[in-house]
Amino acid sequence: MAEPEDRNNSEDVTEEPKAVPEEPKVVPEEPTAAPEEPKAKPKKEPVEPEGPVVGNIVAPSPHLSDTSLTTKGMMIDVLIGLAPVMVMSIVVFGWYAVIQVGLCLVTALITESIFTRMTGKPVPIGDFSAVITAVILGLSLPWSAPWYVAVIGTTVAIGIGKVVFGGLGQNIFNPAMVGRAFVMLSFARVMGSGAYVRASETIDVVTRATPMAAAKEAAGTMADLPSLWPLFLGTTNGSIGETSALACLVGGLYLCWRRSASWEIPAGVIGATILFAGFANLINLTDLSIPHHLFGGALLLGAFFIATDPVTSPLSPKGKFLFGAGIGALVVLGRIFSGYPEWVMFAVLLMNCAVPLINQWTIPRPVGGPVPQKD
Amino acid sequence: MSTATTSEATFARGIHPPEEKHLAEGMPIEILPTPASVMIPLLQHLGAPCEACVEAKQEVAIGDKVGEATSFISSPVHASIDGKTKKATVATLPNGRHVKVIPIKAAAEQSISGQDLFDDVFGGEWPRDGLDAYEPDAISKAALEAGVVGLGGAAFPSHVKLARNEETPIEYLLINGCECEPYLTADYRLMVEVPEAIITGTLLAKHATGAKEAIIGIENNKPKAIAALRKAAEGTGVEVRSLKTKYPQGAERQLTTAMIGREVPTLGLPLQVGAVVQNVGTVAAIARAVLRGKALTHRVITVTGAGIREPKNLLVPIGVSYQELIDYCGGMTEDAARVISGGPMMGFTVGHLSAPVTKGTSGITVLTHEDVKKSEETACIRCGRCVDACPLNLVPTKIALASRAGNAEVAETYYLQACVECGCCAYACPASIPLVQLVRIGKIMLSNK
Repeated sequence: MAEPEDRNNSEDVTEEPKAVPEEPKVVPEEPTAAPEEPKAKPKKEPVEPEGPVVGNIVAPSPHLSDTSLTTKGMMIDVLIGLAPVMVMSIVVFGWYAVIQVGLCLVTALITESIFTRMTGKPVPIGDFSAVITAVILGLSLPWSAPWYVAVIGTTVAIGIGKVVFGGLGQNIFNPAMVGRAFVMLSFARVMGSGAYVRASETIDVVTRATPMAAAKEAAGTMADLPSLWPLFLGTTNGSIGETSALACLVGGLYLCWRRSASWEIPAGVIGATILFAGFANLINLTDLSIPHHLFGGALLLGAFFIATDPVTSPLSPKGKFLFGAGIGALVVLGRIFSGYPEWVMFAVLLMNCAVPLINQWTIPRPVGGPVPQKD
Repeated sequence: MSTATTSEATFARGIHPPEEKHLAEGMPIEILPTPASVMIPLLQHLGAPCEACVEAKQEVAIGDKVGEATSFISSPVHASIDGKTKKATVATLPNGRHVKVIPIKAAAEQSISGQDLFDDVFGGEWPRDGLDAYEPDAISKAALEAGVVGLGGAAFPSHVKLARNEETPIEYLLINGCECEPYLTADYRLMVEVPEAIITGTLLAKHATGAKEAIIGIENNKPKAIAALRKAAEGTGVEVRSLKTKYPQGAERQLTTAMIGREVPTLGLPLQVGAVVQNVGTVAAIARAVLRGKALTHRVITVTGAGIREPKNLLVPIGVSYQELIDYCGGMTEDAARVISGGPMMGFTVGHLSAPVTKGTSGITVLTHEDVKKSEETACIRCGRCVDACPLNLVPTKIALASRAGNAEVAETYYLQACVECGCCAYACPASIPLVQLVRIGKIMLSNK
């Protein structure tokens, strides 16, 4: 038991290297020098390719790895997928969008280096995960949020939401949503639906209530239902990045096509939303139609970019679908029954809690069935 | 028979590593000149080691038995050249096992070599009719006497698979011509150059096992091999089926699923679902053993990779050293980094080039620094790419990280023992986590428990 643990940090994690030190006794009469020579050459070669070259002479199989695919590459993909959303947010909210996301980015990089240094671990350089957290948090804020909301939200997101849990790969909750939940509960006045509206602004959309808040207000009266086309395009009020369903779809489908996001999660979210919203419609629980639920609020932003965070979502395809479906269901239920007009953040955080459980439930059946028990 | 659906036949998940077959696929099988000496390992197969049946300094001729099988799951070994034995010694095979070997010093005059040797192994007539005259038991026995083992790599004694099974009748004989390991082309050359021997061997194996159907499965990146075997199989009832090119299509379990849609039980054998899988090279060796009474003394090996100056497919005597084969292929290039016995996905690194090749050695792949370059390991972000890649539908990251943490219980919950170590997960992992290597550690941990 102790042996494998000791080897954790070495790259040659296998039984094979064992054989190596025993070599000399094995070749008693062979001209050892000759066979060794050609092999020794590359070993001594000083012009090794840059970057760590792992166990070049003796190493366990497989000897090839898919170099086109790296964690960093996947992170950059997410940023590419977020590009249409960012563009749309600038189109709709102008400088407000740039300032919110910019504040989050700067804070994220500073927070990550400070908090990581406190844990005594090397500061991850070029690891784009903090950048993604910052962009998503920025995009989920109201355009009008004061500067300290972005700064405190990001500090909590990266520091408490991620680093404290053990850094990349270890956090249970989506860091951006942890940060957002913190500022939302701490600064309710500047984060609530009232904060989105300012009559005196030059930007047209912000003179009106967010579609979801308006619908909440008008619940039961069938009045003031947001029209669908602006909801789809994004020319409505709302959090910076959530308004355009179109931008989320374009970027999100790119991510799924690149397989940097698992399609099962958005499929689950959208499927459950359609199902639950449709049912709620049937029994007159909500005035909002299925497309309203889909294109309104942060549903698509959440489905494609927030729920798909691999760290905080399940591993198996089935688990991913269940996780997504849970979010979709909770969003619809929350929008209808809770006091908040929008529920994506809570739904994601709640389903994050359920991930270990979902993983347990959805251990795939191996091809050939479970391992037969020995008697 | 082969419709659009069968030509796309495959298994679920898996990976598409670079094929790199172009390096050696155009090189006809060349006959290695008789080496000055060979070392015949007494354990070249799965099962019990042989017992030496020659003394030191004894004259032996090619095909003479030098090691006797000691149990049912075992296989004899034979001298692969004419010469004189030396005192038995020990060698380390690339798989890390220390094995007793019988060195043989070549005689100045060899009774057979060059083109004659090729003709003796693969040439001449390969009849397709009248094979039913052989007693099924006699076929299995001939394979045992000739020391035929699975030539695809696992080296399971063939006579065991050829024996009729009373409890579970064999319905399908599946002949494996996938060669799904990147780089390797030995089976490909065999299928293109001597399809007749493969068909004859297939018919013999079909008769021996009592299988109702014999199907040869070949990945669709080898159209010439498919065409050659289809032509040779005309009128024999043997079906040649094109399969999707995907790793590990040639693994016994995946092949069985792809070809007959049945799942081999975990830790079980294809036999349990009515199938027997034999490699194309193996059935050719069976044909030779049965029809010509010749032992398995030679095999085709691909020497390839960007680290080899002149990649070749060679017909070599068992027991020749890795060094000699590499030298014969022009030696290694300056940037050669790693010598692998077999292909890059499941092959073992050769720590010592004086080691002898065995019956299970399908190739020597020399990779360069560029080929083996790996990014630094980063944290698992639970993206599930390993789950998407695993042909057995396991959750490799859970097993691997539990193994790393020394938690056998969790690793077992996720079916640690079911893993066949194909390496798809480690290939696919964006974080460069040595997943399959950690799984191996987990298995050791479990067996030490």
